[in-house]
Amino acid sequence: MSSEQEAESIRCLVAKVGLDGHDRGAHVIARAFRDAGFEVIYSGLHKSPDEIVQAAVQEDVDVLGISILSGAHDTLVPKIMDGLEEYGAKDDTLVLAGGVIPDEDRDGLTEEGVAAIFGPGTSVEETIEFVRENAPQR
Amino acid sequence: MDSDDESLLEALLAGEHRALARVISKIENRSSGYRELVSELYAHTGNADVIGITGSPGAGKSTLVDKLAEAYRERGETVGIIAIDPSSPFTGGAVLGDRIRMASTVGDMDVFVRSMSARGTLGGLSTATADAVKAMDAFGKDKIIIETVGAGQNEIDIVRTADSVAVLVPPGSGDDIQTLKAGILEIADIFVVNKADRDGADRTVQELREMVHLGEESGIAGGGGGHHGVDATGGGVDSGGADGVDGPDDDWTPPIVETVATTGTGVDEFIDQLATHRAHLVDSGALAEKVRTRYAEEIRTLLREDVHAMLEAELAERGGVDDLAEAVRRGETDPYSIVTDVLEPVEDCLGDIETEAGAASRTE
Repeated sequence: MSSEQEAESIRCLVAKVGLDGHDRGAHVIARAFRDAGFEVIYSGLHKSPDEIVQAAVQEDVDVLGISILSGAHDTLVPKIMDGLEEYGAKDDTLVLAGGVIPDEDRDGLTEEGVAAIFGPGTSVEETIEFVRENAPQR
Repeated sequence: MDSDDESLLEALLAGEHRALARVISKIENRSSGYRELVSELYAHTGNADVIGITGSPGAGKSTLVDKLAEAYRERGETVGIIAIDPSSPFTGGAVLGDRIRMASTVGDMDVFVRSMSARGTLGGLSTATADAVKAMDAFGKDKIIIETVGAGQNEIDIVRTADSVAVLVPPGSGDDIQTLKAGILEIADIFVVNKADRDGADRTVQELREMVHLGEESGIAGGGGGHHGVDATGGGVDSGGADGVDGPDDDWTPPIVETVATTGTGVDEFIDQLATHRAHLVDSGALAEKVRTRYAEEIRTLLREDVHAMLEAELAERGGVDDLAEAVRRGETDPYSIVTDVLEPVEDCLGDIETEAGAASRTE
């Protein structure tokens, strides 16, 4: 029937994993994504990788943005990627990382399946543009 | 239904969480084929209790829902939660923030939390919500909780999807005139005074109690009009007018429960009241009536959506609504004439069908 006009919206989970307690940046991104017309689910602080995986799977998000300032990305991100894999969600979720991530760690994260890493100084527009261009078509 | 959707349906019925998540996305997106999918779901539904929770922003809905889910899990029941948040009227974007407060149940996949935003128009949200409830019901959830902000008509539509509706009233939410106003309080099957440890909670309970009793006497509030409480104001208590939003839920008097969601105080009593209401619905036959009303609404909404789409197509064919509006602005025509003009062929068609049907029945 003609009324099946599709009304797709890009769904994003903005996630804070681990112990770092600063989520100003995550709030800024959440707000900017909202203004870009995305649907944003914010995880809240101090989440475990399992909790993030659960939220990403249940909410069926297109994009998972992980913000990490604590330096624990090398332990936390692989756990999240494994969890997504377990639910068959790894291949069609665009995973982004942001925050403080040293250059020498970037290749490792990319190998894990992180599509892009946005360090300090990245403009919000750039991030939104990347999401628009790369959000998975399902 | 194509083979992808068939395997998706199978996976959902087999209890795969990702399949449930996917089906709800299809429903939200109105992806092609979603209607066939939902219509297949109906055969597997009818086993879940559907609970609606509403109340003003900041009333503590998410926290209470979290505690409610936790308590149901302890009783060995599985829970689905649909948390609704508003979306921007300008960009369509939304921040769906209710998940944050559902901390007691994280890591437990048997609590399936799904955030939905108010995208779409014309009953879009209530249709999508109702369909998402179907998906969770077919998946096998025992309890489905719909949590929404109680700001307007939209929410009243949504809570119609629920068997039992709880309205959260925080202490100090206005003077007693607020309780006389029409709207959200009328849809309550159960009142919850949350944050009951705060100042003013007693007064809020008192005001609600007065309102409920007033409703019993006049038969207007909360579908009340019932037999207990301030009984017998002269025996002339007529519950005939008591068909509020909920239909013939006649002799149910909304109880008032006090909770402190942050600590879980009062949650057990709340659960008991929900169970009592559920039993009342079943015993009185009101549930059947409720379900019938709900399906009637679903049929109407679907029809409206389709007719709406046809009209949009018709408008597009005529160059779009903007041109027509511009013609009105220039004083060349007026909205009424345009509507008559657009609808005339539709009416003619329907008239023809009617004649054919009439003719067919005559010749039989």
